[in-house]
Amino acid sequence: MKSIADLEKIRQSTLSKVNLRRESEGTRIVVGMATCGIAAGARPVMNAFVDEVGKRNLLDVIVAQTGCIGMCRFEPIVEITTPGKEKVTYVNVKPEMVPKIVADHVVNGQPVVEYTIGQAE
Amino acid sequence: MNELSLYILDLVQNSVTAGAKHILISVSSDTDKDTLTVVIEDDGCGMSKELLQKVTSPFTTTRKTRKVGLGIPMIMQLCEMCEGRFSIKSEPGKGTVLTLGFKASHMDMPPMGSLGETMLSLVNGSPEGLEFVLEYRVDENEFRFDTQEVRAMLDGVPLNTPEVLSWIRDYITEGIEETRNQEQ
Repeated sequence: MKSIADLEKIRQSTLSKVNLRRESEGTRIVVGMATCGIAAGARPVMNAFVDEVGKRNLLDVIVAQTGCIGMCRFEPIVEITTPGKEKVTYVNVKPEMVPKIVADHVVNGQPVVEYTIGQAE
Repeated sequence: MNELSLYILDLVQNSVTAGAKHILISVSSDTDKDTLTVVIEDDGCGMSKELLQKVTSPFTTTRKTRKVGLGIPMIMQLCEMCEGRFSIKSEPGKGTVLTLGFKASHMDMPPMGSLGETMLSLVNGSPEGLEFVLEYRVDENEFRFDTQEVRAMLDGVPLNTPEVLSWIRDYITEGIEETRNQEQ
């Protein structure tokens, strides 16, 4: 059973990592969370990215959200930007695709081409 | 959308976009009256009378990327389908209060789904300095979650740290489960 007191332990164990996270200019994973995105399943996708980033302890990765970018038929849409590299847009993303995207793209720098918008068109 | 918690996530995004600093999400069930009431209250920029009058139209949006805004029309339709009521009050500079009423046992009523997942998404995706309160009530029993309380305990660790987000999801899910079980 979780309690508010657990937060003290979390604070102690994460404080050192927080400063590293603040200082790093790393990868941004942005999930479309407008009505169209949510209806298409963006919530479990975003939460799967949060879980995966936490599980792998990736300190230079931020999971963020945005509104509708105007391509509702491709939702859930996820854009990944890494400094010095081109933005990659993943479409029709499902939670089960997330571990592969994080492992191949975010960790190893190889975008998962078959999930990208270029393949969907 | 197949869960009420997804509608809530979508509607609260409007409050976030409106620049709110405090957002209250209240979900209460009354077993005897067979009602479920959801209230979303924010202190965002509010809406002018003109915008408020047309906000329930699917062709009203403040966004530039497309010409439709389906969040409010969809929830209004759901309230009406479930023999409930929908009301929206707003004042520029003060904020907006959205009240959604449902007949809890109505056959068109979607399941609540995971409010823990919805709160995880909201807390993760929101700007620093935005506080959420979630109140979940079943008759006399209440569960309350307040990000200010969490923030005070964390003393500088941001709420969007993965370990904290995961705790938020589990804490809310368990708290809601316990509140439901107390009733049975």
